Amino acid sequence: MSAPHEHQHQHTKDNDDATHDDHLHIVPPRTYIIVGTILLIFTALTVWASYLELGVFNPVIALFIACVKATVVVLFFMHVKYSSKLTKLTVGAGVFTFLTLIAMTLADYFTRAWGRW
Amino acid sequence: MSDSTVAVSGAQAEGAHSGHHEHPPYQRHHFETIEQQMDATSFAMWLFLLTEIMFFGGLFTAYLIYRNWYYPAFVAGSHQLNIFWGTANTAVLITSSFTMAMGVWCAQTRRKGGLVLSLCLTLLLGLVFLGIKSIEYSEKIEKHHVPGFHYSLRSFTDPASDPEIYDQYHDKPLALDMARHTEMYFGLYFAMTGMHALHMIIGCAILGYLIFRAQAGDYTTGHVTFVENFGLYWHFVDIIWIFLFPLLYLISRHG
Repeated sequence: MSAPHEHQHQHTKDNDDATHDDHLHIVPPRTYIIVGTILLIFTALTVWASYLELGVFNPVIALFIACVKATVVVLFFMHVKYSSKLTKLTVGAGVFTFLTLIAMTLADYFTRAWGRW
Repeated sequence: MSDSTVAVSGAQAEGAHSGHHEHPPYQRHHFETIEQQMDATSFAMWLFLLTEIMFFGGLFTAYLIYRNWYYPAFVAGSHQLNIFWGTANTAVLITSSFTMAMGVWCAQTRRKGGLVLSLCLTLLLGLVFLGIKSIEYSEKIEKHHVPGFHYSLRSFTDPASDPEIYDQYHDKPLALDMARHTEMYFGLYFAMTGMHALHMIIGCAILGYLIFRAQAGDYTTGHVTFVENFGLYWHFVDIIWIFLFPLLYLISRHG
């Protein structure tokens, strides 16, 4: 009876430690160097892709690369990967709200003239 | 009331009976723990950044709607931008985000010299960005591509008159009514990059203050909140540029 209880206690303590570590999580310079390099490579990639003639996929690829870059910045430079659930939820809610607003607005404007020509 | 009295005397009496916990001097007394204080401040900073996303989001939405409506004008307007300067500025800004992140690491690991150096490099790169931006703006002023009374349609109704751009893209002349909508492209260009540049200027001013305080030994005694939250602001401004760059410079190269 006491063994599982002990285990449970141990488990909680570990969790507490993890939470504590999250607050004081220090992202090492190695991560920043890798992330910075990835961002520069993706910048070169998006400029190179813009010289290709891809029709409708030019903006799609450019915005996809921009989204990847932004995600990397948010996760590592802005520490969201190592942040509390509250921060993760805040960022997620913000991005979701923004995407909803922009998608509904654009859906309206882009379809207003449908069937009128 | 009595709680705070106990806390004050407890601090003197080694907290034997006071129930007053040990805490760093920078913990405000309305917070239970330092973790709670850090959570609250970074939560507040993120809420501020969300309002900023909505603010820039309005500009991005306006840009996408007008680009959809006046597509040929937006393609022609976009061809006036210099990809080289745009790419250079993107690299400068990403590098400045890297030096800022290193600044946060130096503050966390209590490296005063490294912190001051990182902040100085970040400020320098921020100023380089603004310098390049001003080169681009002055090109637009010279060509009368700033919206207003002196706006000139010549590059768009008669592209061959603008050989530097014409040799690159061979744009066909736009009809006058479509050519006039290039003014909307440049209006949004200046609104978006100008608002971004204003954020950079504010950031540079705060960086100056941070360097001043960091030199005095602040931020390297464990209290890194200000540096961390400024880092969030700086990276956010970087993210705005990460989207401005493809939208304004890249996606309309092939019209």
